[in-house]
Amino acid sequence: MAQVGYSKKVMEHFMNPRNVGVIENPDGYGKVGNPVCGDLMEIFIKVKEDKIDDIKFRTFGCGSAIAVSSMVTEMAKGKPLEEAMKITRKDVADELEGLPPQKMHCSNLGADALHAAIKNYWVKIGKIKPEEAKEEAHEEGEACPTV
Amino acid sequence: MCGIYLDYQSAMPVDPRVREFADRYLAREFGNPSALHSAGLAAKSAVEDARAKVAELINAEDPSNIIFTSSATEANNLAIRGTTLRNAAKGKKILASSIEHISVLNAMKDLQKVGYQLTLAPVDSAGIVDLATLENQLSKDTVVTSVMYANSEIGTIEPMKEISQIVHDQGMFLHADAVAAQGRIPIDVQNDGIDLLTISSNDMYGPQGAGALYVNPNVKLQPALVGGGQERGLRPGTENLFAIAGMGEAARLAKREMNEEGNRLRPIRNGLIKEILKIEETYLTGHPTYRLPHHASFRFSRIEGESILLTMDAMFNIQVSTGSACSSRTLEPSHVLLAIGLRHEQAHGSMVMTIGKYNNPDQIPMIAKAVNQTVQRLRALSPL
Repeated sequence: MAQVGYSKKVMEHFMNPRNVGVIENPDGYGKVGNPVCGDLMEIFIKVKEDKIDDIKFRTFGCGSAIAVSSMVTEMAKGKPLEEAMKITRKDVADELEGLPPQKMHCSNLGADALHAAIKNYWVKIGKIKPEEAKEEAHEEGEACPTV
Repeated sequence: MCGIYLDYQSAMPVDPRVREFADRYLAREFGNPSALHSAGLAAKSAVEDARAKVAELINAEDPSNIIFTSSATEANNLAIRGTTLRNAAKGKKILASSIEHISVLNAMKDLQKVGYQLTLAPVDSAGIVDLATLENQLSKDTVVTSVMYANSEIGTIEPMKEISQIVHDQGMFLHADAVAAQGRIPIDVQNDGIDLLTISSNDMYGPQGAGALYVNPNVKLQPALVGGGQERGLRPGTENLFAIAGMGEAARLAKREMNEEGNRLRPIRNGLIKEILKIEETYLTGHPTYRLPHHASFRFSRIEGESILLTMDAMFNIQVSTGSACSSRTLEPSHVLLAIGLRHEQAHGSMVMTIGKYNNPDQIPMIAKAVNQTVQRLRALSPL
């Protein structure tokens, strides 16, 4: 039978989101989405020995946007930055046991916010140039995604 | 379901009395109304009995002015396409309020593709059609104007009588989608001056699978389908006897009980509005007084409607609705909320509660508390 609504995993993360909150003076900060489109996501990271030592998020958005944020922070926590950078949009959706087709853009936001936070840190330490941090889609202020 | 159901506008249970009444037509009195034997005649008289009951609910001149369809969507399509296509020689303009049901808007947009000129009439911030603009937008070749009797998302009741006068002075035919209003407030097509009116069975505790279009005898329609000539040839096909008989009985009960039920629901609705508006940055959507008695709709700053719906359901077992984009197939926020002037980010934070038969005043504190906790939970997650 085709799945109806959200997976159990999505609902579990939506109802009990991990790593909610703010990190004061974060090493990296990423913000993607646009409240006009119905979702805005921010991720804060603390880096220690090139690993994500702590990670927090805050999200305005639908059930899947909140579940995706929670899942992506859980997947990234403790990982070396290079490895966390390889977490794809699809990885997040797969870990959540799938998302309805019209919600796939939410999983994009999760990976994008994480990558933005990591790049923000890399810019700060001079590893990459500021313009290299700007290549992710769904930057704030962009047109809303369509199905 | 043992939670608190607050989404009567999207579906409601069948009234046990309706079910008992219509049950016989499923297996015992199953004849084809077109057949001339006794089983057929019994079925035919069941359909005609239902037609008379529906006519009475909206004070139609004659039962023969009621055409049964399979749904309100189909009745809306028949009204819009039927009038425009049949009267193509008289004009190519069509008009709708900007807060119509999607089946009206899409029927009209479809006609745009074959050369019709569509105009949308604006509404004010409470959802009332701007009458002066409407008057200017109409012309003698505006074949059909469609204005919802009352809106399902914001509960606002339109001034149909005034709209009717303007439409008949300046244009041709007025269609009203009365699905949200029927059985909740009295409707009188003669007094209101409505040419075509859509109603549905399941919005008055009848079974799904039946709708009806009232057609004033002055209006000629092109059929929705072609077939065996049932429903005066406008909507052929063997009648859905169970649903039609159920719809008739539901209409009879609605006519008899709507005032009393409205008086029972209004204080519950008012209690919900009063309690929920105590939450910070919470606003009523729709008109504060020209409002359906069972309807309470809100928007909350900084949070999103689908998350509200899911939290209310999963945490409190309370079922509500939202006009948020995220719960739709298109990711666009509700056109109704945009039409009343909300910005996209405001429209995303909407919640609609529509109450009914199985709600009572004792539920108000529980519901208000659940909404408050839901809003606090989501605001704690929100970066805005």
